[in-house]
Amino acid sequence: MFKLLEGPQTLGRGKIFWSCFLTVLAGAPAYPLFADSYDVGNFAYFLIWIFMALGLCLMWGYGGMLSFGQTLFFGIAGYGYGVLAINMGGGTATIAALALSVVLAMIAAGILGYFMIWGGINGIFFGIVTLSATLVLAFFLGQTAGPEWHIGPARLNGFNGMKGMDPLTVGDFYIEGSALYYVMIALIVIVYLALRMLVNSGIGNVIVATRENPQRAEMLGYDVRKYQLLTFVIGSGLAGLSGALYTSWGQFITPSSIGLPAAAMPIVWVAFSGRSDLTATLVGSFLLLFGFQTITVYSQQAALVLMGALLLATVMLAPQGFVLGIGKFAADWWSGRRRRGAGAVMMEAGRLRSEES
Amino acid sequence: MSAELFSLFYQFADVFAFLILSAAGLAIVFGMMGVINMAHGEFIMCGAYVTVGLVNLGVPLAVAQILAALTAGFIGILVEFLVVRRFYKRPLDSLLATWGLSLIVTQSMLLIVGSAVRGIGTPEGSFAIGGYTFSTYRLVLFGCAVAVLAGLYTIFMKTRFGVIARATMQNAAMAKALGARTGRIYAISFGIGTGLAGLCGALYAPTMTLIPTMGATFVVESFVTVVIGGANVLLGTAPAAVFLAMIRMALNASYGQIIGQIGMLVAVILIIRVLPEGLSSVLVRRGR
Repeated sequence: MFKLLEGPQTLGRGKIFWSCFLTVLAGAPAYPLFADSYDVGNFAYFLIWIFMALGLCLMWGYGGMLSFGQTLFFGIAGYGYGVLAINMGGGTATIAALALSVVLAMIAAGILGYFMIWGGINGIFFGIVTLSATLVLAFFLGQTAGPEWHIGPARLNGFNGMKGMDPLTVGDFYIEGSALYYVMIALIVIVYLALRMLVNSGIGNVIVATRENPQRAEMLGYDVRKYQLLTFVIGSGLAGLSGALYTSWGQFITPSSIGLPAAAMPIVWVAFSGRSDLTATLVGSFLLLFGFQTITVYSQQAALVLMGALLLATVMLAPQGFVLGIGKFAADWWSGRRRRGAGAVMMEAGRLRSEES
Repeated sequence: MSAELFSLFYQFADVFAFLILSAAGLAIVFGMMGVINMAHGEFIMCGAYVTVGLVNLGVPLAVAQILAALTAGFIGILVEFLVVRRFYKRPLDSLLATWGLSLIVTQSMLLIVGSAVRGIGTPEGSFAIGGYTFSTYRLVLFGCAVAVLAGLYTIFMKTRFGVIARATMQNAAMAKALGARTGRIYAISFGIGTGLAGLCGALYAPTMTLIPTMGATFVVESFVTVVIGGANVLLGTAPAAVFLAMIRMALNASYGQIIGQIGMLVAVILIIRVLPEGLSSVLVRRGR
C-alpha cells in the first residue's frame, strides 16, 4: 500500500524528497514552541485553505475537470457546520457536525455532478455552470438577513454572516490556538498522503486516462462518468472540509467567502502552483496564502489585484504553473548534474508533455 | 382582462430584456471563438460608469449610452489584441486569463473610485392600463433587446462581414485559406461582444446602484442563457432567453426574485442532463 506513495502521477520521489518531507514534518510541531500564539493561529488559518486547493488540484490537474465551484461546497459545509453545531449544541457534538457538514457538501457535489457529468458537460461549460451555482448560493445567502431565515435556533443573518457556533470541541477542551494547529498539520499530512496514494492507484490511473482522452478510456472498458463523479465528489468534499474548518476556526461565516472574488482564489492558487502535481499545489498555495495575508493587512483590494495579475501572468507565461516549473527546473538541474541526460529527467519531461495536450 | 394579459407580457418583457442584453455579448464571443469572456461583467460595469459619467457632465442620456457602448467595444478590441488573441487554441486558459483581468479591473476600480458613485435616476415616464401603472423605460429596454437581436441577425446574415464571420465560425482554417482575415474577424467580433456588454451596462445604469462589483449581478443570467442556448448562438440565444424568461417570470411573480433565480438555475441543471448541447442542437436537427 505504501508503494503507492510514489508513482508516475506524483512528482517527488526517492530519498532526497522524502527526507525533505520528513524534515518539514519534524519541524512543523516545533513551530508553536517558539512562535507566539497569534502567529500560530494565523498559520493554522492558512492551512485551512490547503484542502480546498488540493481538492481542486485533484479535479483539475488530474481529472481535467475545471470546477469553479470550490467555494460553493466550502459554503455549504461552512454554513452546514454552523447550523449543525448550533442545533446539536456544543461539546463533542461539534466533531459530528464537522463530519456531517462535509458529507452534506459531498452529497450536494454528487447531485450537481450527476447532472453535469451524465449530461456530458465538460470543459468551459463545466466551469461556468459550477460558477453560476456558486454565485446563486451567495446571492441567496446574502438576502437571508430577516429573522424568518433560520434553521432551528441558527440565524443565517444575510451579509452580516452567521455566528454563535462553538469551535471544534472534545469534551470541555476547545480545539483552538496551537491545538488547532496540530490538528491541521495532522489532517493535511493524512489528506496529502491519501491523495498521493489515490492518484497512483488503479483508480487514479483511470482518472488521469480520462483527462488525457475520455473516449479512449471508455473504449478500454471504464465507465468514465463514475470516475469523474468520484473525483468531483472527493475534490468538492475537500472544499467542504475547508469550509467547515473555517467556520469552526473563526466561529463566523459570511456569503462573501462564497461569491466573487472568493470563488477565484482556489483557481489562482492552483494555477500559479502547478495544477498537475499535488506537492506543487501544497507548497504554492501555502506561499500564496502567506503573501496574500501579508498584503491584505494593508489593502485587501491591492492583494486581490495582485492575485488577478498572478493568474493572468501564469496563463500567459507559465501555463503549467510557476512553482511546478521552478521545482522541475531545480530537480532537473540537480539530477542533470549528477548523471547527465539520465533517464529520469527524460521521463519527467515526457510526462509534462503529455499533459500539455 | 387585457390589463392582466399586458401585465404578464410586461413582466416577461422585463426578464427577457435582461437576459438578452446581458447574454448577447457573451454569446457572440463564445459562438465565434469558443471563448467565454469572464470579464464580461466588467465590460458591463464599464458601460454603466461611462454612461453615468457622461450624463453627469451634461450629455443627453441616449447619446451617453451609445458612446458608452462604443467605449466598451474599443476597450474590448484592445483587450483582444493584448490578451485574448493568444488563447484561441487554449479555451480553458482564456477563461483564466479573462478572469484574472476581471479581478484586476474590479479591485482597481474599488481602489480608485471607491464603492459609491452618484447615480442617475431612472427616466421618468409611466403609463396606465386598467388599474396598473407601468414604467416606460422598462419597455424601452425590451425594445432595445429586440433591436439587438434584429441587429445581430442583420449583421451576421445579411452583410458581407456576416458571411465571412459565419464561415470563420464553421471552419476557421478553411476560411483563412480562402482569404478571410480571421484574426481581424475575431478582433471585430470580440469588439462587438464587449460593445454589447457595454450597451447592457449603459441601458441598466439608470436603474441600479453603481458599484464596481455590479458586473456580478449580470453574469449568472448571461452564463445560463449561453449554456442553454448552446454552441450555435445565432440560433440558440433568443429561444433560450424566451424559455428562461418564462420560468423566471412565473417564479418571480409568486415567490420573488431570489427564488426566481434559484428556480432558473435548477431548470438549467435539469436541462443540461437531457440537452447538454443546448437548445440550438435541437433546432439544428429540426432544420435538417
